[in-house]
Amino acid sequence: MNAPLSATRRDACHHFLDEFRRIRDTLPGRQRPWLAHLRDQAMQRFMEMGFPTLRSEDWKYTSVAPIENGLFTLAACTSAVIDRSAIGALALPGAHLVVFVDGRHVPDLSRTDALPDGATLTSLAVLLERNPRGLAAQLGHVDDYPSAFAALNAACMTDGVCVHLARGTRLEAPIHLLFVTTSDKLAVHTRNLIVAEPDSCATIVEHHVGTGTTSCFTNTVTDIALAERARIVHHKLQQENTRSCHVAAINAQLAAESRFASTSFALGAALARADIRVALDGAGAECTLDGLYLPDGRRHIDHHTRIDHNQPRCTSRELYKGVLDGAGRGVFNGRLVVHPGAQKSDAAQTNRNLLLSELAEIDTKPQLEIWADDVKCSHAATVGQLDADQVFYLRSRGLDDATARALLTYAFAAEMIQRVELPSLRQHLDGLIRTRLPQSLEALP
Amino acid sequence: MLEIRNLHVSVDDKPILHGLDLAVQAGEVHAVMGPNGSGKSTLAQVLAGRDSFTVTRGEVRYLGRDLLALPPEERAREGIFLAFQYPVEIPGVANIYLLKSALNALRKHRGEAELDAMDFLALVRDRLKLMGMDEALLYRPVNQGFSGGEKKRNEILQMALLEPKLAILDETDSGLDIDALKVVADGIESMRSPQRAIILVTHYQRLLDYVVPDRVHVLSHGRIALSGGPGLAQELERRGYAWVDEMQIAAPGPGTTGETAS
Repeated sequence: MNAPLSATRRDACHHFLDEFRRIRDTLPGRQRPWLAHLRDQAMQRFMEMGFPTLRSEDWKYTSVAPIENGLFTLAACTSAVIDRSAIGALALPGAHLVVFVDGRHVPDLSRTDALPDGATLTSLAVLLERNPRGLAAQLGHVDDYPSAFAALNAACMTDGVCVHLARGTRLEAPIHLLFVTTSDKLAVHTRNLIVAEPDSCATIVEHHVGTGTTSCFTNTVTDIALAERARIVHHKLQQENTRSCHVAAINAQLAAESRFASTSFALGAALARADIRVALDGAGAECTLDGLYLPDGRRHIDHHTRIDHNQPRCTSRELYKGVLDGAGRGVFNGRLVVHPGAQKSDAAQTNRNLLLSELAEIDTKPQLEIWADDVKCSHAATVGQLDADQVFYLRSRGLDDATARALLTYAFAAEMIQRVELPSLRQHLDGLIRTRLPQSLEALP
Repeated sequence: MLEIRNLHVSVDDKPILHGLDLAVQAGEVHAVMGPNGSGKSTLAQVLAGRDSFTVTRGEVRYLGRDLLALPPEERAREGIFLAFQYPVEIPGVANIYLLKSALNALRKHRGEAELDAMDFLALVRDRLKLMGMDEALLYRPVNQGFSGGEKKRNEILQMALLEPKLAILDETDSGLDIDALKVVADGIESMRSPQRAIILVTHYQRLLDYVVPDRVHVLSHGRIALSGGPGLAQELERRGYAWVDEMQIAAPGPGTTGETAS
């Protein structure tokens, strides 16, 4: 069986190679030799690595067969037409809005005129054309790409957003990055670069939405660099449709005394994988990683997080929760590395899962590696069903069984929503969670 | 209102109640007393519909209906309320949301309109005052982080709001200091009505100093061993539960459920 499988896998890689060759000369920044070289090298790296298999420890529970077999095409540019009212319905009120349709920035649908001085939002496609100094360094070295998907992203990236916050710039309103996919069988590769200079502060919502029932593959990478004392809140909301595949990487580097908060709400897609990596590179840096995943039906949602305590006195807090229903499958792998010299590290990781059906499955794995002796680290993982005492208590007050179960399920998930500071996003998420309950609930006070 | 005949209950094939008889009329307050393990809490939970207990024999009639055939929520909607011995904590569900959902479920069942937010709040505030509770407790998750006394008061608050026909209070007095006991007792006393029956399940007699029952029953080894007037509670306090067992041994067989002078 192995030979035909690997042949399939090789075919899948070659399919993407063919696609890359087909559109290479239409990609942004094609006239820059260094960039063309980077893309070629990245593609070569992708071919060497190939799509991950279940034999790889990092992909043990997640098969990428739907991506390999999907015959997705790369599009150099989109002719997609999107309804303005559809965007309006998704846009968070009061936010600086940047819209991408099928991996391309659509200035016409975006709204960034209220940005204060010191904050710039630029399309990556524009920057690749302009080729400013330092861009090459920001895109990183091919050898450092941690996965085949990261390499494929570097080869094929069409667009994305580059956020720059000058020293001391503090954004009151959030930045809403809205990525919409519309075209069937399309593979979308976006790359976002976020740079927060010292003492700057912003909230960024990275929102991926699939429209209709088209089958898309999104492969996205977001790099976030926080300088001293910068504060970034990054919310990722994934609500792709049930025929789509979604692979995302978020890489954050934190300088001294900076604070990074990440939340990942993984509600959609048939297959979704998010790799969230945080490097605590400066003393006293802090990060909070929150996540909520709701695999139901035949959905598969995988989160891999990695936090590196590289310097002393850093703090990390992580809470991921999953509600698994139907034949849904969840994966949570939380790796925490406290490196030598990272004394006074303070880390706590928790993963809680609620299994609502006998067919649902969760694979949860905390991975702590501690190489310093003066540290405080804890982890906990739980998998359980709804509490029978709680269900009975609610029923003894007149709530029927289905309502009691829906209410308890909602309450379990809602904890993650209540931790979101942005009211507009909280409201949006709350509505989404409710639609996923088996039973509708009255308006909560 | 409530008639229990020859009730046998097991949990995991272990018999807890065997042959319990009890009749409670509207307007009456009954105390069910007994030592630990005598089956008091089992009786309370079975009446509320807990499914971890198996009724193996006997029947329970409530307002002329077969109570055991009803799921717990139907019993609640028909006017049965159980104040839990250990009120359950429900993180993520605000106390006020539970109160409102419970009240509206009952009203809907009775064919009444649901209360709007303003009327509901006015009603809850009134009952809060009765229980000497802080309004902030409404917005906290159900019983989470409540002290033992707050949890018990919260149960009585729910009862006062839902106005049941039959209230079963399971060890509501346990774990209360004397001030809290007084507040809880006043709350229960205020619920006494010709239309309502109350069953106080308790280990100690002290609650009964404040809420004087019409009848006192002593549960021993899964059945009512002794019934009497309010004086029986004081006699138990004086002589201990072992006394009841000794009486049973002295006069075994049918007819041991006798009256004591009070």
